[in-house]
Formats: sequence, structure tokens, C-alpha cells
Amino acid sequence: MTTYSVFELWIMAFVTLAIFSFLYKDNPVYRLVESIFAGLSAGYYVGLVWDTVILQQVVTPIETDGEWWLLLPAVLGFLLFSRLTRKYSWMSRVPLAFVIGATSGIYLTSQLQGLVLPQIRTTFLAQPVPGGSTDPGMMIALSSIVVIGVISTLIYFYFSHEHKGALGVTAKVGIWFIMISFGAHFGYTVMARVSLLIGRVQFLVEDWIGAMTGG
Amino acid sequence: MRRTAPVVTAFVAGVLVTISFFFNEQKTLIGSVQTEILNWVTIIFGFALTLGVVSITRVNFNKIKRRQEGWFYSLLVLVSVFIMAIPSILSSSWSPLFGRAEGSIYDWIWVRFSEPMMATMFAMLAFYIASAAYRAFRARSAEATLLLVTALLVMLWRIPMGEWLLKQMHTSLPDWINVYVMNGFNLAVQRGIIIGAALGAASMSLRIILGIERTYMGKG
Repeated sequence: MTTYSVFELWIMAFVTLAIFSFLYKDNPVYRLVESIFAGLSAGYYVGLVWDTVILQQVVTPIETDGEWWLLLPAVLGFLLFSRLTRKYSWMSRVPLAFVIGATSGIYLTSQLQGLVLPQIRTTFLAQPVPGGSTDPGMMIALSSIVVIGVISTLIYFYFSHEHKGALGVTAKVGIWFIMISFGAHFGYTVMARVSLLIGRVQFLVEDWIGAMTGG
Repeated sequence: MRRTAPVVTAFVAGVLVTISFFFNEQKTLIGSVQTEILNWVTIIFGFALTLGVVSITRVNFNKIKRRQEGWFYSLLVLVSVFIMAIPSILSSSWSPLFGRAEGSIYDWIWVRFSEPMMATMFAMLAFYIASAAYRAFRARSAEATLLLVTALLVMLWRIPMGEWLLKQMHTSLPDWINVYVMNGFNLAVQRGIIIGAALGAASMSLRIILGIERTYMGKG
């Protein structure tokens, strides 16, 4: 565990309180810390890219293994900077198209093989009950919920036909499923944020005030 | 040239990666193309991030030069960028304070400034989420009531006191939430969304490779 000096604790407490001050209203102290945060985040990426991309993936392979062809993606990367000029900004589309084309090629196969088919397969298999219960009633109920839920959710997002008749009823069931799922997600998100809030309050009370009072 | 070159590039890159998928990576050259192109994408992505930083620097520098309103904050942004970036790109062989390792200036600033600021920013969302919930969670329809009840149940289930409360209502209620809500209803919807999004992504990919979808190029 990292231990902090009193000076460091004061810095951390100041930035924490400065950001929390926004809960009252926008103020100069918040804007000061917000600007520092934006700058540090951008600077963080410079260091990260320099180390993990430029040095590790371009310079070192060229120097040690003679992989000179890695100059090609570096040149493509440099072309992105043409965006900063008005006359040659169109050239930045080439590296962009390369990235989008390559990513599309990967998605075309991986989405079908890695997601669609396995997810459909798992949907129609018996669902394992959390906690290892082998109660057949529970297993049948859970598997039925999953099958009905997947089909009705997919139908709710199918807009090529008007949601009428059987399609409309299934879409309606889909909405109920989606609402339950979104509710669960919302609950989870709230709890995650509250947990972070507890962490910050704990830092202020135990670490910062604790260090000042010698507790 | 301005529009043809990108379309041809996207087509060649997409087709090469797709064909490469059907060959053995270790035994054939075409099979290894996918990994190599992925490596190239990472390199280009790194340059794109750098372009973002250059753009931030340019925008803020112009603001300071013209003494626009809030120029002092722009100055702070620029100073912070360089304070973080310069020590990290200098070689750690010159001094342990340089580079990105533990004990460097980069690491010190990250742990003492960026981490608490980031955690506080996200923690602050708890207040905004609570305020949004107050406005959105009204049991005005059956669907809204389902959302409200599920959110409340899950929030209670995630804290010890809430779990105790749920057990007072029915001893199996916490287990039912885990089994039927989280691993039944929630799992089914997530799976449906994943399948739908994956099918959409695959069809959009095909449109991009074939040059039908060109919106990524923008105008001009």
C-alpha cells in the first residue's frame, strides 16, 4: 500500500474538495482543478503513446529486428496531422480509412463467430442456476426466462415491420424485459458510484483528517 | 483522388483482414496479415491520440495569445500537459525521475493528482444520478414501475442492511433477485442486445468494406 506524506495528503484533499465544490455551483477553484485535470490527462496519453507505441512498437522493432516496414504505419500516422492544414486535410482520410477498413474486416468475422453464434447457442442450452442449485424446476424457469427474453428483446429492436398482432405482443413483452434489465443496471450503477463516493469520504475523514489529528 | 483513395484503402485493408481470418496464422503469410494489420492500427491509433494532444495545445495556445475570457485556465491546461508529458518522454536511463516507472515524476503526478481527481469526478456522479432518478422514477406506467421496482430491489440487495430487509419480507428474496432478475431477465436482455448489436456491426462492416458507407470521410 502506498503511504503518503502530509504534503501529499493535503494536495489530494485539496483536489478532492475542489471538485466536490462544483456540487454547490461552478466556481474558480473547481475550474482551476478541472483545467489541471484536463491537462494532466492529455499529458498522460503523450507518455503512454510515446512508451507503448512509438518506442515499443516502432523504434525498438526497427532498431533490433530490422522490421523496416513498420515505417509504413508510422507514415500513415503522420498523415493524420495533415488535418491541421486546410489544403492537405483530405490526406488524413487515408489512415482513417485504413483503420476503419481493417476494423471492419475484423468485426465482419469476429462479431459473427465470437458473439452471434455462441450467444444464440448458449441461449438455447439449459441455464446453470447461480449457487450450483440442481433444482430442475428452477433450471426450467430460468432457461424459459432467458429464451423468451432474448427473442422478445430482439423482436422489440426489429423495426422493419409495424409492431402489430403477434409481433406487437412479443415486442411488448420485450419492453417489460428491457425495463427490468435497465432497472437492474441502474441499481448497479448507482451502487458503484456510491461506493466511489464512500471511498472519497473515507479518504477525507480517515487519511486526511486522521493524519492532522494524529488518529 | 480525394475520395477514391480512402475508399480503396478501406476496401484493401478490410478484404485482407477478412481473407486472413480463414488461414492459419502460424503456417501461412496471409494468415499472419491480420495480426500485422492490427499492430499497424495500434500504431496509427497512437498517432491519432498525439494529434488530439496537439489539437488541445493549439486551441489553448490561441486562447492565451488572444487573451480570450478564461485564458488563465487555458494556460493551466498547457502547463499541466507539459509537466506530465516532458518527464515521461525523457529516458529513464538519465534519471529515475524520468520515464513512466514507479518513482518517476509521471507516476507521482498520476497517483497524487490524477487518480483522486478521477475518482472524485466519478463519485460526484452519485449525486447527479440520484437527482436524475428523482425526476425519472415516477410510477406513471407499468413499464416505469417495473424499472423503479427492479432498481430499488437491486440497490437494496447490494447492501448488507438492504439484504437483511429483503430477507424479512421473504427469506429467499435475495436469492431470487440473484437468480431470476440478474441471471434471468437481465442476462436475457443483455444477450438480445449483444446479438442485435453484433449483427448490426457485421452488416455495417460489410457496407464500409464495399464502399457503400462513406460517412466516416466527412464532407469535402
